Formats: sequence, structure tokens, C-alpha cells
Amino acid sequence: MSFFSLIATILVGVLFFIIYFGLSNFILDFICRFKKNSVALENSVRAIIFIFPAFLVLFVFILYPVFETVRLSFYDKFGREFLGWNNYLWAINDPNFRRSILNNLGWLLIVPTLSTFFGLVIANLTDRIWWGTIAKSIIFMPMAISFVGAGVIWKFIYDYRGTDDHQIGLLNAIVVSLGMEPQAWLTISIWNNLFLMAIMIWIQTGLALVIFSAALRGIPNETLEAARIDGASEFRIFWSIIIPFLERTILVIWTIITILVLRVFDIIYAMTNGEWQTEVLANLMYDWMFRGGGDSGRGSVLACCIMIGVIPILVWNLHRHRQEQKYEN
Amino acid sequence: MKIKINFSSILSQLLLLFFVILWITPTFGLFISSFRDKDQLAISGWWTSLVTTEVNEIHRTKGKKDQVEDEGFYIIKGNLFKKDEGKKVLSYGVTSKNINAYKVGEIAILKDKSEIIVFENGNYQWKSKSEFKKKKGRRIFITATSPPSFTLNNYKEVLFKEGLGQAFLNTIAVALPATLIPLIICSFFSYSLTWMNFFGRDLLLATIIASLVVPLQMSLIPILTIYNDLGALFNVEAKSFPGVWMAHTGFGLASTTFLLWNFMKSLPNEMLEAAKVDGASHYDTFVRIVIPLSIPAFASIFILQFLWVWNDLLVGLVFLDKHPSEIILTAKLKELLGSRGENWEILTTGAFISMTVPLFIFFSLQRFFIRGLVAGSVKG
Repeated sequence: MSFFSLIATILVGVLFFIIYFGLSNFILDFICRFKKNSVALENSVRAIIFIFPAFLVLFVFILYPVFETVRLSFYDKFGREFLGWNNYLWAINDPNFRRSILNNLGWLLIVPTLSTFFGLVIANLTDRIWWGTIAKSIIFMPMAISFVGAGVIWKFIYDYRGTDDHQIGLLNAIVVSLGMEPQAWLTISIWNNLFLMAIMIWIQTGLALVIFSAALRGIPNETLEAARIDGASEFRIFWSIIIPFLERTILVIWTIITILVLRVFDIIYAMTNGEWQTEVLANLMYDWMFRGGGDSGRGSVLACCIMIGVIPILVWNLHRHRQEQKYEN
Repeated sequence: MKIKINFSSILSQLLLLFFVILWITPTFGLFISSFRDKDQLAISGWWTSLVTTEVNEIHRTKGKKDQVEDEGFYIIKGNLFKKDEGKKVLSYGVTSKNINAYKVGEIAILKDKSEIIVFENGNYQWKSKSEFKKKKGRRIFITATSPPSFTLNNYKEVLFKEGLGQAFLNTIAVALPATLIPLIICSFFSYSLTWMNFFGRDLLLATIIASLVVPLQMSLIPILTIYNDLGALFNVEAKSFPGVWMAHTGFGLASTTFLLWNFMKSLPNEMLEAAKVDGASHYDTFVRIVIPLSIPAFASIFILQFLWVWNDLLVGLVFLDKHPSEIILTAKLKELLGSRGENWEILTTGAFISMTVPLFIFFSLQRFFIRGLVAGSVKG
């Protein structure tokens, strides 16, 4: 693609929507100028103009696919023949699927916990130190990097050379300098999952950090002062004041990272592609979407499993939303 | 008392320093490696390239066809280093058993009575009374200091030969519309959710909240089917840029709407009421009042969505072809991980190129980025 066709492509895509809104509203204004006393009609037509594109996208790309995927999970690989629970039975008996479920559970336990923990600790550290802002920037930076980019960064760290060669991977260089044998980290079953999780923790800690930092500023200074005057240690203040105050924030961050972890795909796909027992649901799903021409039934089953994981969060979010609405009215 | 406070302060500074080093080292290593010579990169860790280090190398002198005769001696002259990298020879040897046998400038006498001398800059002279008969030269083992040396060659190679430059343009062609389109349609949408009364508004809002957490895996198969059907129906490519834009619009719609709705409902009600009294239509109010007031929110959401699209792999993989005119950076990088897995100069450079735009945005607009994240704290 040349530079000009690039610009043209972008312009066409964006202008299409600007023209839609501009033109339809212009026409509506034009018509309404001749028809007085039609405010109610004008308002409802305008509401339709405003909502239509977003609603269409919402319907086509989210609402319909959710039901379609659930439906497809009961059909065969072409989505033609009804199979009942057969796809689900296949999944339960598939060793890769079981491995994925176990791994996903491991990811769900470890990554949100450690990211939240590190984020909280670092947010507290940066709060009191004069170079805290710079430190925050640095720890937050991985948030801007793609998972694949992070994958390359960490694959380089885990790189393995034979015992006789110079290790160019940092981890093995450290291990060798401590007098131990170098390891091909990503191929050590079970443990390699931890090395992959480290990447996610490295990225998501920054997210937890900035949200906690913002929340920390909301703690009234008087409370902290009073505690200090009463002789409470910093550790005590952390546990008895800061943690209870941040309870809600902790929960929110936990859910965000949990959702991200459930869908984790890029890291696995780029680093191991599920080999050496590192398979997760999202990668297995991608695999079945295209393996042997694609199996929409089995792919859908796997997507539904990911969906089941987020349902508790979905319900909780809706509940929270309803309470906020009540409170506002 | 004072000492105790200082002690805890130093302790927390040290702890923070530890975290900072732990977090920056991986990226820093990648950054340094992308500027290193590819032969160096393959045999030594990036941390050795920052300081002058000692390296052991094996070189070979020239063979018999380069000898010259001079006052009864046969002489082969030359330089051990192929290119000038500022290396300095410390010591050398002529057998693999004793590679440090001679200091630089010392004469080594070989079994056949010929003499070799190696100088600091790598120049050597090999002298013999009889004619040299071997086609290949002699191996010389040297210990040399190697100063830090960096190059831009990797970038040239990756951008133009490996096709990452094209992928970079493709990614822009995906990311800009895929960020602007949701911003446009969602700003109208959230305006109507905030300021217009219509049947089913609360239900629509609840649907948005629910859609926030729906994993995009739920959408992939049905949408791919729709695209394939549409492609077959109109006889066009099923995988195209507009397809990816709309897919990203769909997956970013809930979070963009939610963030904008959150922002717009905090706008002063009186101002909009006043506009209504003055006879402004909703469209006028939106364009003249709400848009100018929402610029900071737009900036935050633009950055969030742009980074999300730029860094995405899955949507690009599923809805775009893998041929060079469509492949995006992340997909290209993944491809290189497979095909050039051992060529770290290509991988590190490629990864760094894919990170340039996000990092630039991150460092220049960090304030908006953080504000967006904190405001929403939700991305489905």
C-alpha cells in the first residue's frame, strides 16, 4: 500500500460516518423547518439517527454472535447438524481441554492476585518517594506494549543455549553465574506456565498501580495523621486503614485483570502455541476455529467456556450499575 | 525516632528501586539488542555490550598466495580483524591449548621455525626462511578488548527486507479508522443515552454494561461466517480493512460508550437546558456544546482504543489476510517468531519497531492515558 492510498483508505472509512451523521441531521432540520409543531416527532427521529449505527454494530458484533455461538456449540463442525451435548462431551474427554481448564484456573488464581498485590505495594511506595512519579512511569510502561512484543522481550530473557555456549538469555546467564545448569525454561512442563504468567503480571501490575495511585489520593490525610500520632506503624496503617479503604478498588482491579486473563491468547500463541502443556482456552479455541478447515461447533464450545467464566463478573457489574442508578435518582 | 524514619524511608526507596530495575530490564535489554551487530548478538549477552569487555576469538591468517619475498624471508602480512570495531588485542596464542601464550608484540616461534608477531591493532606479520606451502593460513587465538559498538543495520534490514515497514503502514490503516469510527458513532450514542428520553433506554444501558465483559471470542465464529457469506454474495474478498475496522468498532463499542456516557452525565445540566430553551436542536447542542466540552474525554478514549487496536493480534489474525499488503505488525512479528526464531537481531528490532508508536503515545500523552484507565477501569 502506498502512502496516498493509505491516507485515502483512512479518510474514506472515517468520512463515511461523519457524512452519515451530518447529512441525516441536515435533512431532518430541513424537513422540520416546513413542519412546525412536530417537536416530538423530530426528537424521536433524531434519537433514531443518533442511535442507529451504534445499535446496529452492537447487535451485529456482540448481541447476535453471543446467541449464535451458544447455538453453534450444539451443532456439528459446519453448523448444520444438531448434535445435542456431544461437543461438550467431546470437550470433557479431550486431554487438551482439561489441560486448558487447569491452566486457566492457575492463571486466574495467580495473575490477578500477584498483579494486584504488586500494584498495591508499589503504589504505596511511590506515594511517599520524591522520584515516585518516574518509577510509576517505568512500571506502567509495559501496559503500552503489545502482548506479542512482550512475548519477544520475554522469550529473549528465557532464551536457552547449550551448556557449552555463552548464554544470551538473561535468566540462564544468571543461573549459570550462580553455578547451576541452564534450562530451556519454556519446555519444563507445569512450571513453564509460571514463566508465561510472569509476562502478564509484568504488564498488568502497571494497570493496578495507576488505579491504586489515584485511589490512594482519596484517603483523607487527617485519618493517616491521626493514626501516625497514635503511634501506629506504617505496616499497621497499611493493613488497618489503607486496605479497608481500597477494598472496592481492589475488587474492581481484580475483576478487570480476571477478564483479561480469561481471554489470554496472544502470549500463549506467540510463545509456545500451547505446547509443553501450556494450552489455554483462548488458544485452543483459535486452534479449532481453523484446524482442518475449522470446526465451528467445538470452537463455540470453547468460547462458551470462556463466557461462563465472565458471567459472575457480568452479574456483579449489572448489580452495581443498578444500585448506582437507584442512588442517583 | 528520626533514625527509624530514615531507615524505613531508605528501605522503601531500595525496595522501589528493586521493582523499577526488575520492570525496566527486559525492555532495556530488547532496546540495546536491537542496535547490536548480529554476529555479536548471537554469541554474547546484551549486558556485555555496554562496557568494554574481553573476548576470545579465533582468526586465521592469510595463506600462501599472499606471501611476499623480502631479503631472503617469506612474509605474510595482514590484519586479523575483518572490520575496524576498535578492538584491541591483549594477548594471543597459536594453539588451542594455550591461547594466551604470548603478550601482544611478543614474537612467537613456531615448530617450523617461522615467526609470528601480533600487534595491538590486529596487524600481524608471519615470517619464514622457507616458502609457505599451505593454502590455508594459520589459526591464531586472541584475547581482545571489545568496546561497545552499535549499528542501525538491523533496522534497515527489518524495515525493508523483512517487510515490517509495509506491516507498519498496514497497522496504521487499521488502527486510525478503527479508533475514530467507534469514537464518532459512540459519541452520538452516549449523547442519546444521557440526554434523550426514549423507550428502552435503561435496557440499552444495561446491555452496554453487560457487553463490557463479553469476551470477543464469543463473536469470532459468527462474524467470520457473516464476512465469508457477504464476500461470496458480492464476490469480494471476505478479509478486508473495512471488515477489521467494523470488528474493532464492535469490540470497542461497549467500553467507548460506557466511558463517554460516564463523562457526559457529569456535564452541567443547566447548560444543555439553556440551549434547549434557545431552540437548539439536539444535533446543534451536541456539536456546539457537548463536543467541545468532551475533548479531554475524547483524548483519553482515543488513546485507549488506539493502543488496544495497535497491540491487538487476534482480530487482525482472524479478519485480515496474511499476505504482505494486509498483515499487521503483531501478526508479522508472530510470523517472524516462528520463521526466524533464532535471529534475535530481527526479532528484537521488529519488536522494538512495533513498540515505537505505543511508547511515543505513552510518554507524550501519559496523563490522558491514565485518566482514561482510571475513569473507566473497565475494558471488556
